Amino acid sequence: MSTEMKKNSQIFQDSNNTYYPEDELQVSEVVKELYKKNQPTELIGTGTKNFIGNKIQSAKKLSLAKLSGIVEYLPEELYIKVKANTPLELVEKELEKNNQELAFEPIDFGFIQSGKSNKGTIAGYLACNYAGSRRFKAGSVRDHILGFRGVNGKGDIIKSGGTVVKNVTGYDLSKLVAGSFGTLVALTEITLKVLPKKKLSNTITIHTEDKELINELFEKISSSSSEISGAVFIPEEPEDENYDRNKEKVFKFNDLESKGSFLALRIEGDKISINEKIKALTNELTLDKLNSTILDVHQSTPFWTKINNLELFKATKNNLLRVVIPPSMGNKLMQYLGNKYKYCIDWCGSLYWIEVQAKKNIKVGEIKKLIKEMGGYLTIIKISNEFDYEETIFTVDDIRLLISEKIKKSFDPKRIFNPGKMYRGI
Amino acid sequence: MSELVLPKINKETISKKEYIFKNLAKIINPENVLSHADEIKPYETDALAAYTQTPLAVVMPKNTQEVSNILKFCHAEDIKVVPRGAGTGLSGGALPLNDAILLSLGKFNKIIEIDFENKCVVTQPGVTNLGITHAVQHKNFYYAPDPSSQLACSIGGNVAENSGGVHSLKYGTTTNNILGVEIVMMDGTICRIGGKTLDQEGYDLMGLICGSEGLLGVITEVTVKILKNPQVVKAALIGFPTIEEGGNAATEIISSGIVPAGMEIMDKALIEATDNFSKAGYPRDAELLLIVELDGTESEVDELLKQVRSICEKNNCSSLKLSKNEKERLSFWAGRKAAFPACGALAPDYYCMDGSIPRGKLAEALLEIKRLSEKYELPVANCFHAGDGNLHPLIMFDGSDKEELRKTEEFGAEILKTCVRLGGVITGEHGVGIEKRELMCEMFNDNDIQQQLDIKKSLDEKNLLNPGKVYPILRKCAEEGRVHVHRNEEKFPDLPRF
Repeated sequence: MSTEMKKNSQIFQDSNNTYYPEDELQVSEVVKELYKKNQPTELIGTGTKNFIGNKIQSAKKLSLAKLSGIVEYLPEELYIKVKANTPLELVEKELEKNNQELAFEPIDFGFIQSGKSNKGTIAGYLACNYAGSRRFKAGSVRDHILGFRGVNGKGDIIKSGGTVVKNVTGYDLSKLVAGSFGTLVALTEITLKVLPKKKLSNTITIHTEDKELINELFEKISSSSSEISGAVFIPEEPEDENYDRNKEKVFKFNDLESKGSFLALRIEGDKISINEKIKALTNELTLDKLNSTILDVHQSTPFWTKINNLELFKATKNNLLRVVIPPSMGNKLMQYLGNKYKYCIDWCGSLYWIEVQAKKNIKVGEIKKLIKEMGGYLTIIKISNEFDYEETIFTVDDIRLLISEKIKKSFDPKRIFNPGKMYRGI
Repeated sequence: MSELVLPKINKETISKKEYIFKNLAKIINPENVLSHADEIKPYETDALAAYTQTPLAVVMPKNTQEVSNILKFCHAEDIKVVPRGAGTGLSGGALPLNDAILLSLGKFNKIIEIDFENKCVVTQPGVTNLGITHAVQHKNFYYAPDPSSQLACSIGGNVAENSGGVHSLKYGTTTNNILGVEIVMMDGTICRIGGKTLDQEGYDLMGLICGSEGLLGVITEVTVKILKNPQVVKAALIGFPTIEEGGNAATEIISSGIVPAGMEIMDKALIEATDNFSKAGYPRDAELLLIVELDGTESEVDELLKQVRSICEKNNCSSLKLSKNEKERLSFWAGRKAAFPACGALAPDYYCMDGSIPRGKLAEALLEIKRLSEKYELPVANCFHAGDGNLHPLIMFDGSDKEELRKTEEFGAEILKTCVRLGGVITGEHGVGIEKRELMCEMFNDNDIQQQLDIKKSLDEKNLLNPGKVYPILRKCAEEGRVHVHRNEEKFPDLPRF
């Protein structure tokens, strides 16, 4: 090691074996040193989504928190380039000034973890690739990444993509990095696609317990040309002291009946087009025959914020599962869940958030088996302290695991970054 | 055309070719192994017809297991393999090699399942892009990405190239519109990725495969997302007296918060050429023509068209026509879709470029291309996917004049370098293939390219699958290749190209 490197590593490193590089070059220097010494390292941003995934046994930590700030925002070009660990809130505030937004609708994981907002950084959102309610219409986080810069496990600075939307120059590594939980690259800079914000939103709610009707409605909503941008179902909570019954408290709105299960769908646009869409949907969904109400913009906006904050599962002590299935399996899964579990359905019937009480850990395995049979996947997002059951956090088959191992090696041959965070051996 | 450098020929493969044919004929029906010179002639090139190579043999497997068995055999015997869909690619991605098997997916031509409930279609890769829309349009659904060659190009090829089209600004490219793929790795491993669910967990292998130009695996099945037709679609045809004003109007439309379903630009040369060709009724006095298409509900579309009108008037448009019905809307597009063949009628040869730039640099790019056209004394016609900054300048020249050919190549390379300088990229939708291979280092440094090569190596350690494509062989920025069309003898002259 050169004298200069020694000096630098002392500057970056604190007593908890955590490095705090200030720029990309320093990240590269630190990683080169870690690579040389073969030291497994946990990558951390602000730690808001750190609870997702396996616990990491690592000698060192690499904090990327200092790589923060907006590099370039060109509203007319519909992109924003930021240092990787720029807080989401800062980005949202900046976009708001130009009536723009991140169309994938980021989830605020702070609520399930600690009961209050804690959005974290752009790199964290990219690392998890979990999109909010607008996903089925607007795409996931990965669909909104135009390019990135970062440091691979050997310490080499690499980049992929760019700032333009049409780009087929080389492999699309942005996609690979999305959802890789920091196991491939220490991100230093991210370019995101941004889109104009819709002027207003209204929400139609339909009160019903009828599972077949709910799935029928989801089917009709996804077939509609009214560009519906959110469709959720919130069932009545089970009468079980192990679940926090907070539905009525969370979804307290003037025009929403507090009791009973309900489906809600969001329409966006200007006033005239919203009215036009409501008219079309009244016909398509036969709303006149159903118990339905409309939440105006003042209720609609906070309603969807609460959905995307996962406030229904606020600070839960239970296990929280994130399940994605083909929507046609909805009836079967709802039958299985019955009123034994606390859950909600998002993405127009594709995404289920399911709470499994701490004492029934064994059920997690049973649900996972069912979901795999349905052609879906399951992630244990939050694990209860009492979890004593042997189960993998993520869903993967043997062949994909093998290919994933090879890809991991191509980025990070010595498994320096977040070893075991996703799968054993990766 | 500059001399093409291809991977070193494996003489051992050539010397054991009878053994190879015999074994391939054991793996699949011998009728589907073509090795006679006459039989393999049609496969010597794709739509980048300037380059031709004779493959060792052409194999046409019928199912995934056969693909796997072929690859397993080739892997064990160190035989190179070049996959091929419909062969409509413009960057030479399916160019055969003398010592490689050409693996045609032509027999994978069936739709496996139409699933309206899950809004998807499961299909074999040889089905055409438009074939998917045709299969679902009776229920008012369609498949969104619409590359200009959609009548002939295969969905497997679309995945390999991450094809775009006119509507990709609002609806995304192939990578945003597929749910699952089945691929066979070079060692014969069959891997299913995704399915009928949104997103997938773990490394996004589908995102990696999409746009990997046949270097990482052979696509044997694709699940695509289908969308409901929009309620209303209308278009506007707008003429401008100067390039700057038209370019600025296009930029302003986007920055005002409008997301058009499609937005196209043509310059004077193309307005005249296409109007002569297709009688589209374009404003022939205009220096620049803008076509803006909007979709949504009736009132939404009308309101947006009002805004588009006001922006264009502010930028001194000389004419503005709104489509009154579907027939008129399609007539607006007719000339645009005839742009490439129209160019072919103007000069013996043309080169088609494909770069992307930031939208705000449209006027600057057009003026720079005009300047270069004067510098090289070669006429150029421009069409742009203005909504997403994807430009297709067409340089007209006479290929029989060697000096003119050299100048054209230089001109083309300068355009692509201009794209990179303006913050853009060297290919927006045609792919790198062999065509822009040596220009990769305009965008990427050694580290960037090495990381991509490491991925390739991890999945195909012997470098047998489509070698010599995408990544520079010489690792120097040679200035070669664009789409060269001689006397309109393009491989698919009838296909609209835009």
